[in-house]
Amino acid sequence: MGYIPGAMLHPLFTPAHEELRATIRRFVESELAPHANDWEGEGHFPDRVFRRMGDLGMLGVRYPAEYGGQDGDWGHAIVVAEELAGVGSGGVGMAVAVQSEMATPPIHRYGTEDQKRRYLVPAIKGDRIVCLGITEPNAGSDVANIETTAVRDGDGWVINGRKIFITNGVRADFCVLVTRTDKARGYDGFSLFLVDADTPGYSVSRKLEKLGMRSSDTAELALDDVRVPEDALLGAEGKGFYQIMWELQGERLIGVAGSVAGAQLAMDRTLAFAKERHAFGRPIGSFQVLRHRFAEMATSLEAARQLTYDTALAWERGEYPVKQISMAKLYGGVVVNRVIDECLQIHGGMGYSTELWVERAWRDARLLRIGGGTDEIMREVISKTMAPGGSPFAP
Amino acid sequence: MSTASAPGAAAGRSRFATIPRFGLFTEDHDALRSTVRDWVARELAPHAEEWERSGGFPVRSVVREAGSLGLFGAKYGEADGGSGPDVVADAVITEELARCGSGGVVAALGAHKDLGPYYVGRFGTDEQRGRWLAPAIRGERIGALAVTEPGAGSDVGGISTQAERHDDAWRLTGEKAFVTNGSIADFAVVAAKTDPDAGNRGITLFVVDATIEGYSASRVSTVGWRTSYTGEIHLDGVRVGDDARIGGVNEGFALIMRNFQWERLAMALAAVSGAEETLRLAMAYADDRTAFGRPVSKFQVWRHRFADMGTEIEAARSLTYHALRMTVAGEDATREVSMAKWYTNELAWRVADEALQVHGGYGYMMEFPVQRAWRDARLGPIGGGTTEIMKEVIGRLMGL
Repeated sequence: MGYIPGAMLHPLFTPAHEELRATIRRFVESELAPHANDWEGEGHFPDRVFRRMGDLGMLGVRYPAEYGGQDGDWGHAIVVAEELAGVGSGGVGMAVAVQSEMATPPIHRYGTEDQKRRYLVPAIKGDRIVCLGITEPNAGSDVANIETTAVRDGDGWVINGRKIFITNGVRADFCVLVTRTDKARGYDGFSLFLVDADTPGYSVSRKLEKLGMRSSDTAELALDDVRVPEDALLGAEGKGFYQIMWELQGERLIGVAGSVAGAQLAMDRTLAFAKERHAFGRPIGSFQVLRHRFAEMATSLEAARQLTYDTALAWERGEYPVKQISMAKLYGGVVVNRVIDECLQIHGGMGYSTELWVERAWRDARLLRIGGGTDEIMREVISKTMAPGGSPFAP
Repeated sequence: MSTASAPGAAAGRSRFATIPRFGLFTEDHDALRSTVRDWVARELAPHAEEWERSGGFPVRSVVREAGSLGLFGAKYGEADGGSGPDVVADAVITEELARCGSGGVVAALGAHKDLGPYYVGRFGTDEQRGRWLAPAIRGERIGALAVTEPGAGSDVGGISTQAERHDDAWRLTGEKAFVTNGSIADFAVVAAKTDPDAGNRGITLFVVDATIEGYSASRVSTVGWRTSYTGEIHLDGVRVGDDARIGGVNEGFALIMRNFQWERLAMALAAVSGAEETLRLAMAYADDRTAFGRPVSKFQVWRHRFADMGTEIEAARSLTYHALRMTVAGEDATREVSMAKWYTNELAWRVADEALQVHGGYGYMMEFPVQRAWRDARLGPIGGGTTEIMKEVIGRLMGL
C-alpha cells in the first residue's frame, strides 16, 4: 500500500492521514473484503456499501464540511483509493472513486448552491449514487466527437443520445451528463447536465459484461427526449468540454493511486508465496532470477507511487500539473500491468486458475491502461506539453 | 466503528504553503541551482566537444574555480570551510553539474565532491579534515577514492591490497583500478586489507598523499568518460603513519558501504539530469531534421517515444527524490537508494540509445555529440555498484 513499513512518509501525508488509512483498512478488512468473491459473481456490490461509507465519512474526504465532507486534501483521497485496493475486487474502489472523485467534483466546482444541496450532499452521504456520462458508442478518447445533444426547449432542455461504459450506471440515481449544446461552436459547444435517473426517457439499455472490474456495474444508457429543467444545467452553458477535461485530471490521479496500491498488494502476496513455494528443493524466491525480478517490480512500483505522490503534492501546492498527471497515469498503468502479469507468472499454473486471487487482479488491472484516457491519449497529451528544452516539473 | 475523523481539522490545507517543492527545494536552493546552471552553461558545456577531442580537460583550473564558487562545500559546516551543512544544496549542485555534456567532467567533479575528500569529511578526525578536506573544498587539491582493484570490483571484500603494520606506521602494497581522478589526484583514500583472512571485516581505510615514495599512477583508456583521468594506482610499499588511517582498524568496509549510499544517490541524481539533457538534445534534433516532408519530431511514433522517455525521467526523478528525502531525514535509505541508482542509470542509457537512434546515420558519426552521450551513459549501470548488485541488495532486503 502507500505506506511501506520502515519507509518515510511522503510530505503529502501527515500522521492524521495514516490514522485515516488505518481506519479504512480495518473497515475494508472487516466489512468489504470478506464479500469480494460474492460481489464478483453477482456483478455488483450492494447499495448499502455506499451508505455505510457515507456514514463513515469516506465518500467525501476532500469536500468541505458544510457539504458533509471531511475538509481534507489529495493525500486523504489517495489514502482512500489505496486502501480500497485491499478489497481484492477492483470494481469496488472504482465505483467509489466515480462517486467521490469523478462524478461529484464538477458539482462542487461548477454547481449552484441549490445543486450542491440536492446532488453533492446526498452523494457524499451515500444516499444517492451517481454516474458520469461521457463516453458514447462512437466517441471514447475523442471526447469532442460525442453525439448526445441537449436542445433548448422553452424553459428547459431536451436531451437525446447514448452513453456507454458508464460505471455505476445501472443503479445510479442521477448522472452528470456531457452533451453537445451547439455543434457550430466546436469546443465551446458542450454543456454538462445533472439528470435524475427517473426522468422519463432516461433508461438503462444494457448492463455490460466486462473482462474485469466485475463487482462494479457498467451500463449503456439511452436518452430519448429526456426533458430537464433549466436548473439541470451544471456550470456555464458551452463550458462542458473544459469542465470535463478538468474532471479527467482528478480521475486519472485517483485511478493510478488505487491501481498502484493494488499492484503493491499483489506483489507483496506473491513475495510471500515465493518464500513458501518450493521447487527443486528450495523456495522459488531464493532463485536469483526471481530475486532480481522482485527487485525490479518493487523499484518500478516505488517510482510509480512517488511520481503519483509528487504530482498530488504539486497540485496541492497550487500548480495544475496536467503533464505530470498524464505521466503518472501512463507510467502507473504500464507498471501495474507488468507487475501483475509477473505475479501471475510466478504463481505458475496456480496463477492461471480462477481459484486464486491473481487472475482477478490481472484482469482488473488491465483497465487502467484504457479507462480515464488510454495510454496512447496520455502520450498525446504529454507530447503536446513537452516542448524541447522545457520540463515544468524539472527543478 | 467511529466515523473517520475530520482529517482536515488536524492537518489543514494551509500546510502545503510551507512544504518546499518535492518536500526538498527552497527558494535558496532554486537560486543556487540557477547560479550553478549558469556557470555550467558558460564555463563547461561550450568546451565539452574540444575537451573530448583532446581526451582530457583542464581539471586543475576547473576544480579550483568550482571550489572558489563553493561547489564542494555544501555538505560541510563553517568549521571545515563549507557553506552548509546542506545535503539538499549538494544534491542541487550534483544535478546541475551533470548538465555539462561531458560524462568525464561530471565524474571528475563528482568524485572529488562525493568520494575521496568526503570520506575524510565524514569519517576523518579534525586534524585529518583540516589537512585533507579543507584544501579539497577550496579546489586546491584533488582527491580520489581507491577501492576497486583489477581482481575485485563489486565484491569489495575480495580486495588484495595489503596494509601491514610496522610499529606506528603502515606499509601499503597493491594495485587499484578504475579510479576516477586516479592519474592526477593529489591524494587518495585507499582501502586495504589489514586482516587478510577476515574478508569484509579486515579492511581499513588510509588517506595517502600522491607524492609519497612508492605511490605511482597511470591513466587508462575508456570507451566513454574520455575526459576523465581514470587511472590505476600502484602502491609499492607506501609508508604512511597511523594518522593516515580513516576510521578504525578493520572498520573500513562499513564506511565504504555507508558512503556507497551517498555515491549511488549522487549517481542517480546525475543520471536523471543527464537523461533529461540527452532527451533535450534528441528532441531538438528531431525538430530540425526533416524527412518525408516534415520534421522527424512530427511523426507520431517519435512523439510517443519522447513522451515515454519524458515520463520515465519524471518517474526516475520522483524515485530519486524519495531516496534523497529519506537520506536528508537520516533514515536508512539503502533500499530506495539502490532502486534509484539502477533505475535512473539504466534509463539514462536507454534514453541515450534512443537519442542516438533518432539521429539516424549522424548518430553514428563522431562529429555529433549524441555518440558521446551514448558512450558516457554506458558507465552508469556499471560504476558505483552494478545494476545486478543493486538488484541483489534490494532482493535481499525483501527477504529473498
